[in-house]
Amino acid sequence: MKKAEPFVSTTNACKMCTPLGAAVAFKGLEGCVPFLHGSQGCATYMRRYIISHFREPMDIASSSLGEKDAVYGGKANLMQGMLNVIGKYKAQAVGIATTCLTETIGDDVSQILHEFKKECLAELNGDMPALIHVSTPSYGGSHMEGFHAAVRSMADQLADPAAAKHNGVNLFPGFVSAEDIRHLQDIFAHFGLSVTVLPDYSETLDGPALEDYQNIPGGGTPLDAVRAMPGARVSIECGRTIKAGLSAGKVLQEKHGVALHSLGLPIGLRESDALFATLESLAGCAAPRRYALERGQLLDAMVDGHKYVAGKKAVVYGEEDLVVGMTSFLSEIGIKPVLVATGGESGLLNEAVSVVTEEFPGEPPQVRDGVDFYQIVAEAEALEPDLVIGNSKGYRELARARNIPLIRVGFPIHDRFGSQRVLHVGYRGALNLYDMIVNALIEKKQDDSPVGYGYI
Amino acid sequence: MEPVIFEERKTQIHRKGAEPFSISCNKSSLAGAVSQRACVFCGSRVVLYPIADALHLVHGPIGCAVYTWDIRGAMSSGPELHRLSFSTDLREKDVIFGGEKKLYQALVELIDRHGPNAAFVYSTCIVGIIGDDLKAVCKKVEAEKGIPVIPVQSEGFKGNKREGYLAACQAMFTLVGTGDTSAISPLSVNILGDFNLAGEIWIIQDYLKRMGVEVVANITGDGRVEEVRRAHGAALNLVQCSGATMDLAKMMKEKYGIPFKKVSYFGIEDMSDALYEVARFFEDKDPDIMVRTQDLVREELTALYPKLQTLRKDLEGKKAAIYVGGAFKAFSLIKSFRHLGMDVVMVGSQTGTEEDYQELAEITDEGTIIVDDTNPLELSAFIKEKDVDIFVGGVKERPIAYKLGVGFCDHNHERKEALEGFLGMYNFAKEVHATVTSPVWNFTPRRRKSPIAAPDVAVCAGEERTS
Ligand code: SF4
Ligand code: SF4
Repeated sequence: MKKAEPFVSTTNACKMCTPLGAAVAFKGLEGCVPFLHGSQGCATYMRRYIISHFREPMDIASSSLGEKDAVYGGKANLMQGMLNVIGKYKAQAVGIATTCLTETIGDDVSQILHEFKKECLAELNGDMPALIHVSTPSYGGSHMEGFHAAVRSMADQLADPAAAKHNGVNLFPGFVSAEDIRHLQDIFAHFGLSVTVLPDYSETLDGPALEDYQNIPGGGTPLDAVRAMPGARVSIECGRTIKAGLSAGKVLQEKHGVALHSLGLPIGLRESDALFATLESLAGCAAPRRYALERGQLLDAMVDGHKYVAGKKAVVYGEEDLVVGMTSFLSEIGIKPVLVATGGESGLLNEAVSVVTEEFPGEPPQVRDGVDFYQIVAEAEALEPDLVIGNSKGYRELARARNIPLIRVGFPIHDRFGSQRVLHVGYRGALNLYDMIVNALIEKKQDDSPVGYGYI
Repeated sequence: MEPVIFEERKTQIHRKGAEPFSISCNKSSLAGAVSQRACVFCGSRVVLYPIADALHLVHGPIGCAVYTWDIRGAMSSGPELHRLSFSTDLREKDVIFGGEKKLYQALVELIDRHGPNAAFVYSTCIVGIIGDDLKAVCKKVEAEKGIPVIPVQSEGFKGNKREGYLAACQAMFTLVGTGDTSAISPLSVNILGDFNLAGEIWIIQDYLKRMGVEVVANITGDGRVEEVRRAHGAALNLVQCSGATMDLAKMMKEKYGIPFKKVSYFGIEDMSDALYEVARFFEDKDPDIMVRTQDLVREELTALYPKLQTLRKDLEGKKAAIYVGGAFKAFSLIKSFRHLGMDVVMVGSQTGTEEDYQELAEITDEGTIIVDDTNPLELSAFIKEKDVDIFVGGVKERPIAYKLGVGFCDHNHERKEALEGFLGMYNFAKEVHATVTSPVWNFTPRRRKSPIAAPDVAVCAGEERTS
């Protein structure tokens, strides 16, 4: 495959930094406060960023390192910061992620936490919350590495090796929307399967209006449920580009012998089929009728709309797992993904894209990893796409500049309302995406037409 | 209930009337307190960002650049280079071996690609640690490319946002004095500390134009490198915002003898005062300017007042809380709320000075809470305690207000609504009215005292979560 031009600088990055992903993941653990070990700015910037997508409070504590600490090490600030946040937030858990700064000055966080547990237990009246830590230098990956690494850290560090065997399933859904998490929970419930979804920010980042402000919003994966993960009958992990060493499913498999099903994000027909097939085998029964119906409705819609989409070309960008899912789906409905791009660099994207596109005729899409929007725009130019699919970041230079509709999926979506409620997964998610895509194409046709067609 | 105030932060909160005035500020944020503040880099990025024909290259790992990509509402009437996000995106090997080479290559590449009139290079935390010699690289590129390449020493951990303002001013000051000042009117000003959010600087420029005053440089909203270079040719600096560009004004006074005036364009009094100050300053040179200014203010107010009165009817007696970046804005906001018949019961800022807070204590009512560098726990507690109807803040404050069923007005760098000038006062009043009088508060749990569902209630037998 053709290599993208090796630019030195980055213009309009198609990724975010590692600790951001970790902060979102930690937000999906019950009673947990995400804590960045670094200087104040990183935490504040990430809060602002996440808030604009979810429109929910997003407290991320920081050890607020100053110049002296940067030189002499951040231990004192980290210890004091944790005491403060535990004291005031009454946190059941603190998810500590490093930043570039503390990685570079070389703070040994696990050692500091070890000392913290010893020295501060009395001060906390014996009430030590769970402390989970993850190493997230941003120069070592994108926000997706941070997300996966934090999920893995939670599964690894909280797991109780003596957990009793139980019939539940561990589900690591990947970086999906709050609505996606809820939908997945429903699916499991309808199969009669008990599931622990990690992370679960479906409520913590999409909560109700409140009578009183909650320091830590309700919801999240219960700590005990995570502790019990080693006793589960099986784990399901979604994401085809999870790097070795960042997989929560693998760590449970290796350390505790929990069998693992690795799937893609269940976006589109076949990736959803794979999930349902797994669930059917686990539940020992066929999928409940509602899902057979949803699947049928999806197929029905795909038939009804196939001419609107036939031969259209799409540029897809964003997180690697997400673009694999979207590419899979687009290929199924007859839209040609001409360019699949990401700022991530797992090294696994090429392979994943060919797996989901190989059964379809024609040229496979161009696959670009480690690119920014400058490169995406440059490549898209010649490909003349009809459609752009990804987060808000492609709006101005890619979609608007070329008058191409943008279908907003993934993260961040901060120029539309209801981002946390976009449903991507399952048959219903596919149907939702399908409707959005077809309608965008119809709208474009109407807008471009000199005739104000009322029936299309 | 547990006290929400951190022991270490007690001295940063003052309740007017309850005690003699004292407040401590300009401290580092308390670790673990979830400060609403950002960093030094943020401070300089905010100030320099709107210079639209300059290249703004963030030297550091990707996050610092990504989170500042086009998040401000600063508009440009011409080039829009400032709205792109440039970064050296440092990787592990750069961190180990140093990032100077990459910085050099990135600068050359970007300058060739975009042909900017100057380049600002921001250092971030990590650059401070690995010790890249920003100055040397900038100097080298400057010599090769023939445009100013200016290092901005903004390592995030070297203080708070304020130090970032200073770094930005120092960077800009290297440009000032390098341009041609012939043909500048004797009645001329620079507009400092306005970022042209939602086109606000154009409102102010229009007023000045009607008064017969030339604007030499917009610093930095809708800014251009060439303007900054010739800014020393202006007769007066108008400095908005007590923090961001004050240092530049002081430097220009010292070196070029240009006097400055602190002004605010928010609210009726402050906007009028600002224009009258300018008129008074130029009265010697142009005796008619005062008349023109009076006409202008009268005209604007005649149009504005009746509209405000209509809105005021619904707002009388409602309570407001303010938490903004700079304290200067708070003064104007307090006065603006009074025009709407509303009471300010809490006011705070991220970067206020002791004098700022002293002044706030003087102009606020008894019982008002005054706070420096606060956090979500305190803010939510104050909102509840004072039972406020509207909260004025930025994006990070918004969900706190909304969760508690309280109206909100965005008065930060990211707003897309012009709030300056007489027109801005009307926009502000409309926004306040829209949020305070929304019917939604009739239904929110806190106001209704009837939560939708208590957490953890038992699910009725047999009910399953349906999709
Ligand atoms: S790394 Fe430093 S400069 Fe960058 S956002 Fe964090 S605190 Fe600010
Ligand atoms: S320093 Fe690293 S962690 Fe902090 S914002 Fe920048 S990239 Fe992200």
